[in-house]
Amino acid sequence: MAIKKLTGAEIFLRVLKDQGVDVVFGYPGGVTLSLYDEIYKQNRLRHVLTRHEQAAVHAAEGYARSTGKPGVVLVTSGPGATNTVTGLADALMDSIPVVCIAGQVPTALIGNDAFQEADTTGITRSCTKHNNLVKDVDHLARVLHEAFYIATHGRPGPVMVDLPKDVINARGVYVGPDKVRIKSYQPRVEGDIGLINRAVKLMAKAKQPIIYAGGGVINAGPAASACLEQLVHATGFPCTLTLMGLGAFPASDKHFLGMLGMHGTYEANLAMHHCDVMLNVGARFDDRVTGKLDGFAPKAKKIHVDIDPSSINKNVLVDIAIVGDAGRVLEDMVKAWKSTQAKAKALKSWWRKIDGWRAKKCLSYGNNGKLVKPQYILQRLQAEIKDRDVYVTTDVGQHQMWTAQYIHFEKPNRLMTSGGLGTMGYGLPAAVGVQIAHPEALVVVVTSEGSLQMNLQELATVDQYRLPIKILVLNNGYMGMVRQWQELFYGKRYSESRYQGEPDFVKLAEAYGIMGLQAERPDQVDGLIKKMLAHDGAVLANLRIDPTENVFPMIAAGASHHEMILGPKEPDLAETGEDVVLA
Amino acid sequence: MTAADENIQFHTIAILVNNEPGVLARVIGLFSGRGYNIESLTVAEVKHSENLSRITIVTSGTPMIIEQIKAQLERLVPVHRVSDLTVEGPFVKRELALVKVRGSGENRVESLRIADIFRARVVDSTNSSFVFEIVGDTGKLDAFVNLMAPLGLVDVARTGVAAIARGAAAL
Repeated sequence: MAIKKLTGAEIFLRVLKDQGVDVVFGYPGGVTLSLYDEIYKQNRLRHVLTRHEQAAVHAAEGYARSTGKPGVVLVTSGPGATNTVTGLADALMDSIPVVCIAGQVPTALIGNDAFQEADTTGITRSCTKHNNLVKDVDHLARVLHEAFYIATHGRPGPVMVDLPKDVINARGVYVGPDKVRIKSYQPRVEGDIGLINRAVKLMAKAKQPIIYAGGGVINAGPAASACLEQLVHATGFPCTLTLMGLGAFPASDKHFLGMLGMHGTYEANLAMHHCDVMLNVGARFDDRVTGKLDGFAPKAKKIHVDIDPSSINKNVLVDIAIVGDAGRVLEDMVKAWKSTQAKAKALKSWWRKIDGWRAKKCLSYGNNGKLVKPQYILQRLQAEIKDRDVYVTTDVGQHQMWTAQYIHFEKPNRLMTSGGLGTMGYGLPAAVGVQIAHPEALVVVVTSEGSLQMNLQELATVDQYRLPIKILVLNNGYMGMVRQWQELFYGKRYSESRYQGEPDFVKLAEAYGIMGLQAERPDQVDGLIKKMLAHDGAVLANLRIDPTENVFPMIAAGASHHEMILGPKEPDLAETGEDVVLA
Repeated sequence: MTAADENIQFHTIAILVNNEPGVLARVIGLFSGRGYNIESLTVAEVKHSENLSRITIVTSGTPMIIEQIKAQLERLVPVHRVSDLTVEGPFVKRELALVKVRGSGENRVESLRIADIFRARVVDSTNSSFVFEIVGDTGKLDAFVNLMAPLGLVDVARTGVAAIARGAAAL
């Protein structure tokens, strides 16, 4: 019997079905018409039309990060593909599994500067985990299955597949996912048990330990977060999280010190600075976390658990390096800890120190009553949502840091934010992806007037799919973080950081068929948040905030953890040496 | 010389990769994108039946950078194996050069004499020129080229380094 041949477009849909994909985010164009025709003829796969290809990738990222499943993107050749670059780079930096399929001009025209031709694999090579140009329809199914495998195995990341029009239209053989095995790519997931035992021994001897966990724990699935919680409770160690890790450990747990790093809490950063044993799980010693490298946790023995061997000893030399999946290693660590009946040293004096740092209340702020403080807004939002299962996305800048500081994430996969690349314009499209994945859930975008306008067109997507997303705009009329650095480090020369002229956001929302709200005074905040959350459709709420408010605490670029700036009026309050007495 | 410079080491790294479009661009892009050095690079298919190519890279950096380079290379999907020959034991390193010398009279005779000492072969000859073929390690080739410079050296083509571990073990 002859093997039944399928068209490239049919193979594409079959692969998505066999991979369990039920949503793609995309934007059609000339060379993908046959794929879209195939999508039209069926009802299983849902296509979500964004208004820009970059937004399609961010939506796929939001979908992926909130579900743990890969996000899928479909775009056309040329500008369709080049528009995805920022999204792909974002997904690469934050280890988000995304499979992006781009159309390409027919193979015979490649290299001829054809209409809407771009060297997609060349352009995206350094912003994807892997990419591929398919030139033979008989390879199509394999390459697409491989793309899903690569995107989701090892350290997750974006994979781009470039599909020429003639390959989409040709007939070829389908192979299933079980036939695919990549000889040269088999990442290690089990941690070395000998190293894990050594790590546990080291941890048992620690007097001032800390666990510092990151996005790797979230990528390893909810079970990994559960193991982290078990380990923290078994050891009694304090735990801090990176921006990408928020939610991997419950914010309400008394062992939680808050986020660390440039805008992390005083207690988290000082505990990092003074610790004698540091367990890093699924974080990568990013410069926003470590500050000045030679002043980073100078007395600590460091244990690093990471699935990506290239993360180890990249920025910080560690004493024990365990390559493996964060969840598996944490599970083995909990077992090893319990079976060796390791007992943590009495950590009382360590916790006393930490409580001293906590008593600083580094997240307190002056609330003068006239202008709205962004911190106040987020505290009010937190109070309103604390008993609900909420998904929050943010854009990039001051509002992002305030969200990380004032919104309490109790579960993994609940915060979607652009950490590594710092992509303004991420928040709204990411929320589209989250709301599509969780139609019944409350999805809140915390953003600013600057970031929102970088992908403003997605309000049309929100409208088209009737997504009840709540968009909270912390509007200070500035690129706030740029303004903050100019104030602190550039002699208050506010070069090009002021937005002069902005739309009437309420009218803008209404133009898109979305409820628009506005507040200028602190006494309006509560009502606005309540109204926003009570509405069953999308809301764009524009809140004017104190334009001079800065994010504190802060470690200036190139400074160490103990050299924190705590607030505007007390720049010298931070500890400068071992002997400083803490209140 | 700064302290960082003193720590710079040269390493010869052999990489077994799938012979597929873009694989060399991936490797080179990794080096340029992350600011690593390439002192020499050679690539050719070595196992047609399995579609495998071998890339030999001579690179330089601090020990931490060299470790990073290897880890980053291993992370590339079409890379099967990365071997740091410099740390994995003794290895043989060879390079081939074609050296064109133009001249007449005593210089022409002298170039032949030196070629003989270096065991270089004449692979092309005209009344006014020779092309020598010479094989050896990088230092030997450098020395030969330097000696030819005053004798009418006009052109050099070098293959870059190919290297393989001594002993019975294979990559």
